[in-house]
Amino acid sequence: MSSDITSSPPEVAVTVNGVARALAAGSSLRDLIEALGFAGRPIAVEVDGDVVPRAALANRTLVGGEQIEIVTFVGGG
Amino acid sequence: MHSVDTTAAIPALDDAPLVVGGITLASRLVVGTGKYATYAEMARCLGVSGTDCVTVAVRRERLINAAGENILDHLDAARYSLLPNTAGCYSADDAVRVARLGRELLRDMGSATSEWVKLEVLGDTKTLLPDPVGTLEATEKLVADGFSVLVYTSDDPVIAKRLKGLGAASVMPAGSPIGSGQGVLNANNLRICLEYLKDGDPAYPVIVDAGVGTASDVAFAMELGADGVLLNTAIAHAQDPVRMAAAMRAACQAGRLAFLAGRMPRRLYATASSPDDGRIVRPT
Repeated sequence: MSSDITSSPPEVAVTVNGVARALAAGSSLRDLIEALGFAGRPIAVEVDGDVVPRAALANRTLVGGEQIEIVTFVGGG
Repeated sequence: MHSVDTTAAIPALDDAPLVVGGITLASRLVVGTGKYATYAEMARCLGVSGTDCVTVAVRRERLINAAGENILDHLDAARYSLLPNTAGCYSADDAVRVARLGRELLRDMGSATSEWVKLEVLGDTKTLLPDPVGTLEATEKLVADGFSVLVYTSDDPVIAKRLKGLGAASVMPAGSPIGSGQGVLNANNLRICLEYLKDGDPAYPVIVDAGVGTASDVAFAMELGADGVLLNTAIAHAQDPVRMAAAMRAACQAGRLAFLAGRMPRRLYATASSPDDGRIVRPT
């Protein structure tokens, strides 16, 4: 058996909230948010330690290896 | 049934409102949103407490069950100023990161308090006491980044003064450890904090943050001259949280009134309230 790796669509691997995740190459942060079902929800996004404002999510293409945090508010004192 | 109206019996305070970081608050209670059994109970407690400023924490969005409820579905943004905290941070850098994420969440909502942060840099997990060095470092960074920093600190007057000097919008000394319910353990330190922080600047807001166990703790802190009290567990973990929320509201108002009224001096010996003149008997 031989596998034809060239037939698999290229992917980028990122880490989202500590969990490894693969996306189609060329995906933007906005694509990721939509794939996770978070579009329109109250979230903030950080990539490699820096906040990415909502307006900039669509223009931020994932290159692979990013550490992404997606946060919201919860109860706290 | 809870239908407590604690405002009816209390006369007008004739008091300037509390202003923190340019935001005017109607209530001097700041109430946390953690540890309630349900969001519905939280919402009822907040309403009964009379607060118009609530704290929230910043945490990872759940990757599973993402369609679940969000706390913001239960907090009327028009009614409550949101104060995001940096709870759970043990270094200045972590606290700055979390503060920036909280700010982004609030900016995205168009919140008037988007530049606010309740800064906590904790020293250890057992006491949750603040790390004074990390707290100073984070305060400096956040002020430079444009934040209104409401900073949780110990009741150490020297650190309190340093934090104000770095530009904190409010210094918030702890009465006792977070969630401990021990009340105000060192009233004399709080008195000195208040004296130092308000020296030549009487409107500077000082909020007692943490340690409240019951209503008398709130009243006591307010009687000392605190501008407000921040609490969470004392309501959320009361046997009847809604009733305790009403008690906290009344206690905050009572303590404030007593502070403004000015208490009588303490005396070692008794002074009779009834006149000596006209007695039909003589002391033996």
